[in-house]
Amino acid sequence: MATETFYDVMRRQGITRRSFTKFCSLTAAALGLPPAYAAEIQNAMETKPRIPVLWMHGLECTCCSESFIRSGHPLAKDVILSMISLDYDDTLMAAAGHQAEAIVQETIQKYDGNFILAVEGNPPLNQEGMSCIIGGRPFLEQLKEAADHCKAIISWGSCASWGCVQAARPNPTQATPVHKVPGLADKPIIKVPGCPPIAEVMTAVIAYILTFERFPELDLQGRPKMFYSQRIHDKCYRRPHFDAGQFVEHFDDEGARKGYCLYKVGCKGPTTYNACSTVRWNGGLSFPIQAGHPCIGCSEDGFWDKGSFYNRLVDVNGFGIEANADKIGVTAAGAVGIATAAHAAASAVRRARQKAGDEPAKAHDFEGQN
Amino acid sequence: MASTPVDDTPQGEPLVYVYEAPVRLWHWVNATAITLLFVTGYLIGSPPPSLNGEPSAHYLFGWIRFIHFSCGQIMAVGIIFRFYWSFVGNYFSREIIRPPVLSRKFWKGVMLETKSYALAEHSSRRYVGHNPLAILSMHVLFVWVAVFMVVTGLALYGEGEGPGWIHTVFTGPVLLLFGNNSLTVHTWHHFGMWAMVIFVLVHIYAAVREDILSREAIITSMISGWRKARKVTPID
Ligand code: HEM
Ligand code: HEM
Ligand code: SF4
Ligand code: SF4
Repeated sequence: MATETFYDVMRRQGITRRSFTKFCSLTAAALGLPPAYAAEIQNAMETKPRIPVLWMHGLECTCCSESFIRSGHPLAKDVILSMISLDYDDTLMAAAGHQAEAIVQETIQKYDGNFILAVEGNPPLNQEGMSCIIGGRPFLEQLKEAADHCKAIISWGSCASWGCVQAARPNPTQATPVHKVPGLADKPIIKVPGCPPIAEVMTAVIAYILTFERFPELDLQGRPKMFYSQRIHDKCYRRPHFDAGQFVEHFDDEGARKGYCLYKVGCKGPTTYNACSTVRWNGGLSFPIQAGHPCIGCSEDGFWDKGSFYNRLVDVNGFGIEANADKIGVTAAGAVGIATAAHAAASAVRRARQKAGDEPAKAHDFEGQN
Repeated sequence: MASTPVDDTPQGEPLVYVYEAPVRLWHWVNATAITLLFVTGYLIGSPPPSLNGEPSAHYLFGWIRFIHFSCGQIMAVGIIFRFYWSFVGNYFSREIIRPPVLSRKFWKGVMLETKSYALAEHSSRRYVGHNPLAILSMHVLFVWVAVFMVVTGLALYGEGEGPGWIHTVFTGPVLLLFGNNSLTVHTWHHFGMWAMVIFVLVHIYAAVREDILSREAIITSMISGWRKARKVTPID
């Protein structure tokens, strides 16, 4: 039992060797690794003891779990689910109540320093974390305790990575993304943002971590480069319409029917780092833009506080009224324009008065030297 | 004051070579680039009406963005050049780039000029180059805003380019500064445009006004380089 490998677990779950091999090549491909890596993944899975995963839920809507268990490729889903075995996931596991909480303690003790902590959602800090209670105590405490003993942390989704809607202004509960929780043990954190993240991205990330026992290459913000180094816009299939200058102006116009670019109706594709336009959703079936809706930038930090999803220029907060950069700019430039005109008029009047001799002209008694 | 070439007008007033050829060339190249950047930048934020037909037949938005990026790069190179020139150029080439902010006399000059522009009193001082208030406003509203536009502009450019040196040097750090959000960078780059519009409005007004009031060929000095000196006050 102690040396059970990933492969053993999978076989026990009834996954055939053929399916297992397929899964390994699929994952290698999803990760952008050369085909030779498929064998490496396979080898790792057959020989390495499986790494336990604690999957915790804070303030969240469970969309990450929902996405995860609907991984487009049924194979990936089965394999991964058996692979991570989810020693604890209060949404998916059979145990409940005290029994469930006991599993957390057991894992922490048995695998101290060796398990992966996957966090979905985030802890609220205000009122000592009272806005999110798990098993009778604040999630904040549960999270900190698990973090103290884990090997590394996966921040699932925009909640754990950035805060998401529960952290929207004015954020009354002070919902805080995992990496910003004060006093949290200093463990490596990988962020997999999205609301939710794409299932294939989640399974690939976790497969990578479990087989290679390290994180894939991360960008400056801690996201896996292979999925978050390009914007939706960079690989969007509507991009030729963008470059041509063909835009949907209204959702019911000719352009919308023809599949023009959604930039003018607020598409955030140009500012959003995610893999939707390449990996797509529901097993590569489609993604929001393909369905005719602009990207709302769900994997970006702060996307929930940027005003309407349907405006190109975002609202700027702090000006009391609804305003964007152009409205504020035109107002300021207009005011300066009026001031200049007034100044010009005043200068002219003054000049005329001087010429008429009403005022002494001092402009020519220069001082100083060259 | 380093060697400033001085010549005499027919009336015996000394002429000073204020703006050297590279500065003049830079001024007009930069002004042209910025004007195009205004137009194309505004259109990037609020695109023109949609075109019909096959996408392969058009490249309108592509051209708008291409002009923006080219002018942006010209402006960026220009700013670097202008900074370099403030070290090798004449006395006046330093004024707006590295103003004497530590000199009390400079700030006194700023105060006096402010009063004069407020039409409260006449400035009794004359400067061959820019007056201290002009220096201050050009330094803040032009130099810093220009640097800001170049840095944020290159950061946005790097996003489209993908991994590479522009991405490493500009995009990554700028995104971190702006709360990890590219949209916020867009918004501030957009605000920067309006700051620059305000500078240009005031700048052109001040140049034309001075040209009329001082009875000196201020505007032509940015074309020929020469300006009448008479008795002048050094800025610091
Ligand atoms: C986008 C438009 C423009 C920008 C960004 C701009 C920027 C500048 C800058 C930075 C300087 C300082 C030069 C230096 O000391 O190195 C300057 C000086 C000058 N510019 Fe412009 N300029 C613009 C348009 C114009 C136009 C249209 C005119 C003509 C009406 C003009 C006339 C002048 C003059 C006369 C000076 C010398 C001013 C003085 O000595 O106070 N500029 N400009
Ligand atoms: C005074 C100078 C400049 C002005 C007034 C200006 C103005 C603008 C404006 C208004 C936008 C649209 C922002 C939005 O709402 O999304 C924009 C976008 C942009 N600008 Fe500039 N800009 C200037 C300089 C530069 C420079 C130096 C660069 C560097 C190459 C640059 C590169 C860009 C890029 C890459 C974008 C984004 C284009 C896109 O998303 O398709 N800009 N600029
Ligand atoms: S629909 Fe959005 S992501 Fe696609 S090209 Fe247009 S702006 Fe870019
Ligand atoms: S298209 Fe944009 S908003 Fe939609 S899921 Fe992808 S990143 Fe999120």
